Amino acid sequence: MSRISEDQVKHVANLARLAITEEETETLTKELDAIIAFAEELNELNTENVEPTSHVLDIKNVLREDQAEKGLPITEVLKNAPDSKDGHIRVPSIMD
Amino acid sequence: MSLLDQKVSHLQGLLHKKEIKVSDLIDESYKRINQVDDKIKAFLTLNEENARTQAASLDDKLTSGEELGALFGMPIGIKDNIVTKNLRTTCGSRILEKFDPVYDATAIQNLHNAGTITIGKLNMDEFGMGSSNENSAFQKTLNPWNLEYVPGGSSGGSAAAVAAGEVLFSLGSDTGGSIRQPAAFCGVVGLKPTYGRVSRFGLVAFASSLEQIGPITRTVEDNAFLLETLAGLDPMDSTSANVPVPKYTESLTGDIKGLKIGVPKEYIGEGVSPESRDSVLEALKVLEKLGATWEEVSLPHSKYALSAYYLLSSSEASANLARFDGVRYGYRTDNAKNLIEMYKNTRAEGFGDEVKRRIMLGTFALSSGYYDAYYKKAQQVRTLIKKDFEDVFEKFDVIIGPTAPTPAFKLGEKTTDPLTMYANDILTIPVNLAGVPGISVPCGFAGGLPLGLQIIGRHFDESTVYRVAHAFEQATSFHKEKPDM
Repeated sequence: MSRISEDQVKHVANLARLAITEEETETLTKELDAIIAFAEELNELNTENVEPTSHVLDIKNVLREDQAEKGLPITEVLKNAPDSKDGHIRVPSIMD
Repeated sequence: MSLLDQKVSHLQGLLHKKEIKVSDLIDESYKRINQVDDKIKAFLTLNEENARTQAASLDDKLTSGEELGALFGMPIGIKDNIVTKNLRTTCGSRILEKFDPVYDATAIQNLHNAGTITIGKLNMDEFGMGSSNENSAFQKTLNPWNLEYVPGGSSGGSAAAVAAGEVLFSLGSDTGGSIRQPAAFCGVVGLKPTYGRVSRFGLVAFASSLEQIGPITRTVEDNAFLLETLAGLDPMDSTSANVPVPKYTESLTGDIKGLKIGVPKEYIGEGVSPESRDSVLEALKVLEKLGATWEEVSLPHSKYALSAYYLLSSSEASANLARFDGVRYGYRTDNAKNLIEMYKNTRAEGFGDEVKRRIMLGTFALSSGYYDAYYKKAQQVRTLIKKDFEDVFEKFDVIIGPTAPTPAFKLGEKTTDPLTMYANDILTIPVNLAGVPGISVPCGFAGGLPLGLQIIGRHFDESTVYRVAHAFEQATSFHKEKPDM
């Protein structure tokens, strides 16, 4: 049985904001299925009561003094923006 | 002999005695690039004009007798996922083809303060996803030892440039082996520091909980020099560790008497080529002669590291790469009627196949209904893998094995099936999952291609890793071999 369907692949692509063609849907379904099947070897391990590790350092919630610092000047911020006008980044219309 | 074949300590001496100028080193670097880079294709962007201006100003400092940094005038190449102010940074991706950073990564600032000169930016697999440099959107870097073979990846450009003598040393980054494996394939020295040792500020994020910036050099001594400059707490990276930075170069004593080495049976067993295994067994004899002892040990969950790694790193990547949406920087599609379509088409046109595959895998693993089965499960397995290392390090000072299961493979040999390519990283990935430091040093040749010895240490014990690597290097002559180019 396949572990992931073409419909699921389309759903995931939508979540990932990635346009995929019919051909890519087919290839990705096969490839993801193979990778997920391989990854299911993890189920051989009993992980009951094992804490998950998100990162290996013994630090959390690193905070600094709440002091205002100067940010980048607006010209620098906009330097790499594909489209901007009057100090703002411009994007296509949000609603059709 | 080229000046760039010398060690940092020697070059600093020559500069201080005014026997050479910084400009000589920079000339030498660009001369070599002109000679060989159309063959190996390591560089994506050169910084020649700025580098020469900087060299001239450092040469003025030299004559005026000002205080000079530890890496004064040293020519360095930078992997193209570390941001450099006003110097194009692409991550090997179309989506950042014209990206011009507005600040320097902390690692770059530290290097500049020490006096290095950036020669240019080095090729890589797109966003660090790959083991051969074949996933770069721009060019395929080739192995200086044999141009039909890959240099490894993802820091393939960084390793090839050092091996070919284009720069004195370079920076790479390592998420699952991306410094150590190309260092092994190209016959140079590459260290992945302990997670948190070097600031990640300005390293374009792929998998934040796994990756580190690290040095690629021709000798262990130069590597230690470079890490002294790179390491330390950075307020801009909340995961950089507040642990004092030792003088790593002082640990290079050559003395490893009484050192206890663990050799995981999983690292010399199934899936590891005879030549890789044999080179490690020979290396152990060398270390024994120097007074170390070794025993076979087990890292019992090694087999599961690859799966856990691909689930975790892809999940993190799917979140990190969400920032590439065509709004604030990078490529934007011309083909969009509304905002959502703009996101989707920008990403479809801007990312390569491997990056899309991993974004899809990661998004799936994090999606509702699958999170516990895949992502959380992989995090739990990560805990078991980390514990494997802790158990061995209770009794042993270092863990030793091959860096990669084989020497470099041919171009195109592993591009058809993603899982075959992934399997190349089985011996380096567990080190990232555990967050411990690991180095690759040259330990032999097979069919004219270099092999790497991997030495893994306890958290924040780069000193011992360097001490062992240096003792081995000084007792052997592999590091003196150079590709014939």
